[in-house]
Formats: sequence, C-alpha cells, structure tokens
Amino acid sequence: MALFEARNIACKRGEHLLFDLLNFSVASGEALVLTGANGSGKSSLLRVVAGLIQRRAGDFLWNGRTMRPDGDQHRRRLIYLGHGDALKANLTPRENLRFWADLVGLPGGQAVSVVEQALEEDHLEPFADLPARFLSAGQRRRLALSRLRLQPSSAVPLWLLDEPTNALDGEARRRLIVLLGRHLAFGGLIILATHDPLRELPGRHLRIDAYAPGPVDDRADVIHRDHGEAI
Amino acid sequence: MSAVLALLRRDLKLALRQGIDVALVVLFFLAAGILFPFAVGPAPNLLAAIAGGVVMVMAALAALLSLDRLYLPDFEDGSLDGIMLSPLPLEVVAVVKALGHWLTTGLPLIVAAPLLGLALNLPAAAYVPMLTALLLATPTLSLLGNLGAALTLGSRRAAVLITLIILPLYVPVLIFAMAAIDGTRLGFSGSSAFLGILGAMFVGSLALTPWATAAALRQST
Repeated sequence: MALFEARNIACKRGEHLLFDLLNFSVASGEALVLTGANGSGKSSLLRVVAGLIQRRAGDFLWNGRTMRPDGDQHRRRLIYLGHGDALKANLTPRENLRFWADLVGLPGGQAVSVVEQALEEDHLEPFADLPARFLSAGQRRRLALSRLRLQPSSAVPLWLLDEPTNALDGEARRRLIVLLGRHLAFGGLIILATHDPLRELPGRHLRIDAYAPGPVDDRADVIHRDHGEAI
Repeated sequence: MSAVLALLRRDLKLALRQGIDVALVVLFFLAAGILFPFAVGPAPNLLAAIAGGVVMVMAALAALLSLDRLYLPDFEDGSLDGIMLSPLPLEVVAVVKALGHWLTTGLPLIVAAPLLGLALNLPAAAYVPMLTALLLATPTLSLLGNLGAALTLGSRRAAVLITLIILPLYVPVLIFAMAAIDGTRLGFSGSSAFLGILGAMFVGSLALTPWATAAALRQST
C-alpha cells in the first residue's frame, strides 16, 4: 500500500492556478520523479507537500490517514531541500552542517559525529574550514545535499528535493544517486523535481504539466498514461 | 533547547563576522545624533532640553536600520524553509530572532548612548533614567521591528514598508521613554512609573508579537 498519497491537489500562486486535480501516491522504497516545463509547478508541489505553502484543494494521506501537511508530525518526518542552498556564506561548511544538525535536535556529541561523517562521505573535508563563500556552485550544492546524511532514513522517511542534481559534476551526481538509492533501500520515500532523467532511480514519473488547468477530457487521458509509467 | 541555542549562536556568529553591520548601526546612531548641535545651534540649555529625545529617536531609527537583516537573508538563501520545518515552534524562532537583533543592535546602542548624551549636554541626573529607559525600550523596539520584518518579507520596497508599519508602533514607546528621562524637568514626579509602563510594554510585546510574527512568516513563503 502506498505510504503517502495525494488526492485531487490544487495549487494556486497568486491568481494563477498551477495545477488542479493532481493525484499521486508514493510507496515505501519508491521515488516519484516530477518533471515538467519551467514554471509548471514542480517546486510549488514540493512546497505544498512540505507544508510551506497552502494547497487550494485536496487531501494528503499518510499510511491511509488524512493529515495536515503543515502539522507538527509531518514536519518531523520530512526533509525539504529547495533550490536555494540554504548556506551561510560567512560560515564554514562544518559550521553550516553543524547548525542544521543542532536545529533538528541532535544532541551535541551525536551532532559532531554525524557532521564529521557527512563531510567525509561527501568529500567536503578539504574545504570544511573555509568560509562557504569561497565554494563553487557545485561544491555548495554538495554541501547543501549533505544535510540528507545528518538524520537516519528511519527518522525522516520523506525526502523532498528540488533539482538536487543542479551544478553537480558526474562524480557528485553518482554519489547522490547512491545516497538516494540507500534511502529507498531503507524504505524511505523520495519526491524530487528534476530536469535530469535520473533513470537509475527505481520509481515513477509524474509530468506536472498534464495537470495544468485545461479541458478535462485531455487530462483524464494524460493522468492514466503518465501516472503508471515506470522508468 | 539546543536548537534554540543553535539558532541564536548562528545569528550572533553571522552578525559578528559581518561586524561592519553592527558598527554601522552604532556609527549611524552617533553621527546622526551629533548633527543636532549643528542644526539647532550649540546653546547648552537648548541641547540639554532635547538631548534625551534625540537619543531615543536616534536609537529607534538605528534599530529600524538593521531590521532587514533579520529574515531577508534566510528567506533569500532558503534557510528560512529549513528553520520553519525544524522541530522549533515558529513563535520560538521569532523570539530568538528578536533576541539576536537586540544583542547586536539594542545592547551596543545602550553602550554608546552615554557618549551621545555627553555630546548633547544631557544633564547629569538624566543618565541613569536614560539608560534604564533604553534598557526597557530597546527590547520592545526589537520585538516590534521583528514583526515588521516578518510582515514585509518577500515584498518589494520592504525597507520603506517596514518603516511605515513600524514607526507608528514606536510612538508610545518613545513617549513613555521620554517621560521617564525628562520627567523631572517636565514637571512629572519621578520616572519610576514611566519606567514601569515601558516594562509593561516590553512584557506585552514579548507575549504578543511572537504569535503575530510567526503568522506573518507562514504567509511569506
């Protein structure tokens, strides 16, 4: 059974209806890859799922029970990495990661060890004590993604990632895929927006454009075709 | 608790590493205050009469000057999303942000205030009431400013909007701070009642603004 389900979600930004009657479900160990043209609402959907913006209509279900995406419980089981890197240019990578580790409530000793481990696994150690403003775009992205390593998959099963492979080189992209694969193997869920096909990930594909407001007849056909499409 | 400290520590660390921001606020406070003797003339009695008011107004304007660094950087680089999704209640985040703002603007202004008092011929008897009034008024200014910063987050011309929203809210604080500093000269008996009202304003804004700030932040994303 799908652990996370969205039913008839609609999202409006300003006066503009981005998508309507959007349905999807994600099972444990599965990735949902959101694709679509720029501005089609991929990032907005991720923010709606994270509870950062309000949906206009529809329901979210976790484990078969309806829930509030902006509720406390939901907030604790997800990690959201937006297209901003959420890094402070005047802090070092070590300090940046330590802040996020402390903020999610890891006790001091554990925070130190997970940060050191994340720096090592993402090969960030050589510049771990340099202010982050000296990092290249790809290095900043790697550092931002290192936040995924701070908490175990069992604690935060739902990963919401907005174009995670942006600016990554081949090697870093490969490491990210391994990390995502490991999360899925532990039974985690991933919803990610991307322009990179990411064919290596087991999961499904959802074309957001298909849910843009339009003639309902066309939409029914597209939902059927795209929702079940495996990649 | 560790999350609260982590957020406060990060904000203070960032403020200190961009030490120029803190220094600019204090410099603005002193430089703008010292313009007054040039503009109104160097008559000692006139200056003594306006000194307390100038210090308070300059403190309010200097506090206003630094409000846009409260949430805007976190909003722009995406950190605010992570902070909002952390286990910390957003109301607590608002208090921590206001505390960070006070420690990096209110407190330095209090330290610099006697210097400006000296330049403006503030009467000797007014120093203690002035410092006490500042100590009670600046946290309120930080809390109200915090609300203004959250309300204008994401809007264009945020700096101008903050000023328009917040300055009217600063008026009662200024009135009672002035009464506390200048009470004896203006013919009120003692300043303790006015300091009490300033204290009540601080407690009131501490109790109320975090909820409003949190609600404003939720609207901003």
